[in-house]
Amino acid sequence: MDEVQTDAQALRILIADDSESDRLILSTMVRRQGHDVMTAADGIEAVEGFRRFQPQIVLLDVMMPRMDGMDAARHIKALAGESLVPVIFLTSLSDADALARCLEAGGDDFLSKPYNRIIIEAKINAFNRMRVMHRTLSQQRDVIRAHNQRLVNEQNIAKRVFDNVAHTGCLDAPNIRYHASPMSVFNGDILYACPRPSGGMNILIGDFTGHGLPAAIGAMPVAEIFYGMTSKGFLSGDILREINQKLWRIMPKDMFCCAAFIELDFHLGNLSIWNGGLPCGFLLRRGATVERLTSAHLPLGVVAAERFSVDVARYKVEEGDTVLFATDGVPEAMNAEGEMFGETRLEAAVAGTPDDQSVLDAVLRAVARFTGAEEYSDDLTLLTVDVVPPADVEELPLRVTQSALSGPATWSCEYEVTGETLAQFNPLPLLLHICMEVPGLRRRGGEVYTVLAELYTNALEHGVLGLPSVWKNSPEGFGQYYAERERRLRTVGDHAVLFRLEHKTGRKGGELRVVCRDSGVGFNYTEQTQRTVPEAGYAGRGLALLRQLCDSLTHHGTGNEVEAVYRWTFDPDESEQHTG
Amino acid sequence: MAIHTRRSEDGRTLIISIDGRFDFSSHQSFRDAYEHDDQDVSDYVIDMSETTYLDSSALGMLLLLRDYAGGDAGRVRIENCNSDVRRILSISNFEQLFSIK
Repeated sequence: MDEVQTDAQALRILIADDSESDRLILSTMVRRQGHDVMTAADGIEAVEGFRRFQPQIVLLDVMMPRMDGMDAARHIKALAGESLVPVIFLTSLSDADALARCLEAGGDDFLSKPYNRIIIEAKINAFNRMRVMHRTLSQQRDVIRAHNQRLVNEQNIAKRVFDNVAHTGCLDAPNIRYHASPMSVFNGDILYACPRPSGGMNILIGDFTGHGLPAAIGAMPVAEIFYGMTSKGFLSGDILREINQKLWRIMPKDMFCCAAFIELDFHLGNLSIWNGGLPCGFLLRRGATVERLTSAHLPLGVVAAERFSVDVARYKVEEGDTVLFATDGVPEAMNAEGEMFGETRLEAAVAGTPDDQSVLDAVLRAVARFTGAEEYSDDLTLLTVDVVPPADVEELPLRVTQSALSGPATWSCEYEVTGETLAQFNPLPLLLHICMEVPGLRRRGGEVYTVLAELYTNALEHGVLGLPSVWKNSPEGFGQYYAERERRLRTVGDHAVLFRLEHKTGRKGGELRVVCRDSGVGFNYTEQTQRTVPEAGYAGRGLALLRQLCDSLTHHGTGNEVEAVYRWTFDPDESEQHTG
Repeated sequence: MAIHTRRSEDGRTLIISIDGRFDFSSHQSFRDAYEHDDQDVSDYVIDMSETTYLDSSALGMLLLLRDYAGGDAGRVRIENCNSDVRRILSISNFEQLFSIK
């Protein structure tokens, strides 16, 4: 790379002319102006001289023997490549066609014979300025190109790391469909799904303010917390609180995450929705009614824990229902006139989808028709989740091998939650954690969690809070049930729920005995126990589920104590590769 | 997009008007509008009568102003929103943080 030349500095200039006298006159003039000159007597010499001398400006006679100026100009321009080497033709021609051909051959200007010293100096200076400017622009372009290349490389590396942390979880489950750009994390969009130990799934869809690495960095802890806590059995409230707290602490004030949390329990047909700042989602009931899942909360990371609300909206759902959420890329998709797709069109597309068609495809089609674009914009994330029978989304029960004999075999413990702690603390992740120390139970974490969760829910909601399950038979009562649950929890007094866990392992398997006792008045269990299959309606499903999972389920005392026995066995046929 | 500021007669309220789209490109001029060492200003009013649209980075800028004005104790009002702007503010439930008229 040559040094920067200004008007005052010497340039290397090549002069090619077959007339010795003309060559002498011109080279003397140019030398007097302070430049280094090399001369050539024909086109071939000129090209050769260009190679050796690397001139910054070339003055070429048009008519020369062996190779004329036009051919020499073509060769020189090809050799110069991307750098600008001005070629000025020396000519006594005045015919416009001939002059035009000179320029077509790559010439930049003419100098007419006889030579004028002042014009020559002015032209050399003008072309030198152009040359320097061209070089500066090329250098800047190269710097930008290198920066951009580095950014793309860094994003690819970051993306690989990110994919390991924020993997897509169970987004490939048969009941989930989604549209998201592969690099969406750098647009600030997030979409995670994770199976819950009890068999349902949690889904988080969201949109960070801002783009690029800052958004991706914020998404990392969100993914870690979401996957970690979901698989340990925490409920939406605890997970959301943790994510909010983390983002509030680590992100700048003006960065936050609009998100919706979807918590689905397929066994009980429960759907909980928390929407903080995402466009209204939709719950499509089979039979085409559509309920709006509107944003009721501040986005994640905006306010400190004290002000953060994790109240969820609860819905009873059944097979065939579908939940749809989109990030703001959908309502904000723009057409050529600068008009936005908007929530009204989104809702119309959702509501207008026939039962037998995918609502995801219908919405994407409607957006594409509206924008007229062939490709969807990159920052558009859309998700649908279908409510399906539990068996459709659950892994086959994993069997356990003899090597599962390691780990704690015989143990017991008692854990009691009392008073206000009942309102503030969920003991299930802790209890599950204790049970998961037993390798034989670890493979059945989902079932164990369900047993613990059902026992706890019954003890807390019916035993301690005295909520009648019959309320849950109607959609209105269902809402009332949970509202009343919140209210009664606030004045729970000195009630308590006690768990006693006992485990022992034998030669063929193990047995987990769970006693759950609450401080409530109990209930007439002889009546309840007659029913093993839930009748139409929502109540009684919990007990039926417990009976399915456990080897025995017995009530004691006034009905305020339940004892569940859960047995697991080794599978002799299982090969070692399934241990883990 | 243009941002203008003026003071109430008693000088205690700073009124910031935003014309056109309120988005990331307004970042610096919006901050310049309120970041000064004037101790007299106790209240802030964002006048959105000429604001056509705001994006999520504009929401972030409002949070920065709220923080500057004293966080939970700060007094920031958002006024004269059109329905689009109002809708964006209410999807994010910013009524919980600002007084919006």
